[in-house]
Amino acid sequence: MTETFLYLIQQLINGLTIGSTYALIAIGYTMVYGIIGMINFAHGEIYMIGSYITFIVIAGLLGMGMVSLPIILIIALIVAVIIASTYGWTVERVAYRPLRGTNRLIPLISAIGMSIFLQNYVVLAQGSRDVALPPQISGGWTFGDPSVFEVSFSYMQALIWVVTFVAMTALTLFISRSRMGRACRACSEDLGMTNLLGIDTNRTIALTFIIGAALAAVAGLLLGLYYGVVNPFVGFIAGLKAFTAAVLGGIGSIPGAVLGGLILGVTEALTSAYFPSEYKDVVSFGLLVLILLFRPSGLLGKPEVEKV
Amino acid sequence: MSQLLLDVNGLTMRFGGLVAVNKVNLAVKNRQIVSIIGPNGAGKTTVFNCLSGFYIPSEGSVMFNGGEIAGMKDFQISRQGLVRTFQHVRLFSKMTVIENMLVAQHRHLNTSLLAGLFKTGSYKRLEQEAMDRAAYWLKQVDLLEFANREAGNLAYGQQRRLEIARCMVTQPELLLLDEPAAGLNPNETKELDELIIRLRDEHEISVLLIEHDMGLVMGISDHIYVIAQGTPLADGTADEIKNNDDVIKAYLGEE
Repeated sequence: MTETFLYLIQQLINGLTIGSTYALIAIGYTMVYGIIGMINFAHGEIYMIGSYITFIVIAGLLGMGMVSLPIILIIALIVAVIIASTYGWTVERVAYRPLRGTNRLIPLISAIGMSIFLQNYVVLAQGSRDVALPPQISGGWTFGDPSVFEVSFSYMQALIWVVTFVAMTALTLFISRSRMGRACRACSEDLGMTNLLGIDTNRTIALTFIIGAALAAVAGLLLGLYYGVVNPFVGFIAGLKAFTAAVLGGIGSIPGAVLGGLILGVTEALTSAYFPSEYKDVVSFGLLVLILLFRPSGLLGKPEVEKV
Repeated sequence: MSQLLLDVNGLTMRFGGLVAVNKVNLAVKNRQIVSIIGPNGAGKTTVFNCLSGFYIPSEGSVMFNGGEIAGMKDFQISRQGLVRTFQHVRLFSKMTVIENMLVAQHRHLNTSLLAGLFKTGSYKRLEQEAMDRAAYWLKQVDLLEFANREAGNLAYGQQRRLEIARCMVTQPELLLLDEPAAGLNPNETKELDELIIRLRDEHEISVLLIEHDMGLVMGISDHIYVIAQGTPLADGTADEIKNNDDVIKAYLGEE
């Protein structure tokens, strides 16, 4: 195999890794949009908080002398998911629910305010500097001829793929099979009618925020471990990227968010591999503009039908 | 004297200076089909919106089963057993027919996540009951064979029947139908006609409907109310309404 080909494989592996975490975060944007038609700009911050909690829990458990890595990770995951979901729920309850039914711009402003609030709240609580965690999962598989180019697929990347896949499958099953999932789909089609059928739509909306936040926390754990550093501002960039992914795939569509995330991740990886890496945002956002020009509702989105 | 199922007195709805509905009275007894007719813009749908909790009436009382419901929220009213359909079809068009029927029963089901995960006995039993009820009503409206079809892909007449079935599965006492025959062909209208009569005679519920199809209204109504420009014009049986001079004037204009 030639060097060019192996190099390409390596970039695809890196791109799909980052892309799958974008997809995890993008689902939170897309589900909330699908159900109440608003962009939850504080969602990136929930991801950032998830990352912080992971770091704190792991550092704490290591400090207490725990050695079993799988147990540490599972505890960190559970704690991060619970706390981030609580944040997601609280944000909805405090900043969005009282504004429901008003002009669409008002919750949007409230969301931006919430985002700034959470960012600065973490700055105050944790400081604005990078917090680093030594790599917990090292090693990986390598293949290809070492004299030409060696492709590496690290255990950490494998973990990201597996966890993302499991989370997506669980979500898909939940949405398509369970009663609450059925209620979620009903809400996203016609909130007023669902309410009229006696379903507690407030509860369903709250659940959507909780699911989105839980997935963001999973992404926070994975990316935190992958990069090994976190600061209070990572949520802004990751949120922007995930939002882009959601729009790219068609906002409101869960498979669209996954597709958008993967495309964005791969595009970024390929651009930084073959061009100076400063161009990666130029290319990925250029791609977004291009897709929206030809498919305004995104790749898998349904064209907006005016609700009567 | 038997108690009225629905007793509306002096219902008035104002939007700013506009009086959309002016002192309307309605009475619906158990097992009765009652119609509201009137020219376009007469305020019929506004009356429905007041009864079903979409609007809070400016004045007047709405007694349902002996209790005041004016001012209650829409979902509270539907829980009391007064459910409605809309002029345009409002199904969950991307969900299947059977899912539409199950969503309507959501609140009667055990939605606890743990019960769902472990499939407890009561979870399974309630789910089975919901399925049975859904299947029963789909059969009543001749849609059982389409149970796994996406609701949005049904023919228009079938969608209207599915809406009625979806209301019925919530076990209401009074069904409000807003122009159920609009857009139906004569054959479908006849089926609807028979369905509404069956609802009254076999399922012992009352139906209050708004309709422009005079054949349907005159054929099935036990009592008819006529509204014009928000004001009650006349009420009575089909024959009384057909021969009422005021009604003829309102519909055809003065000579």
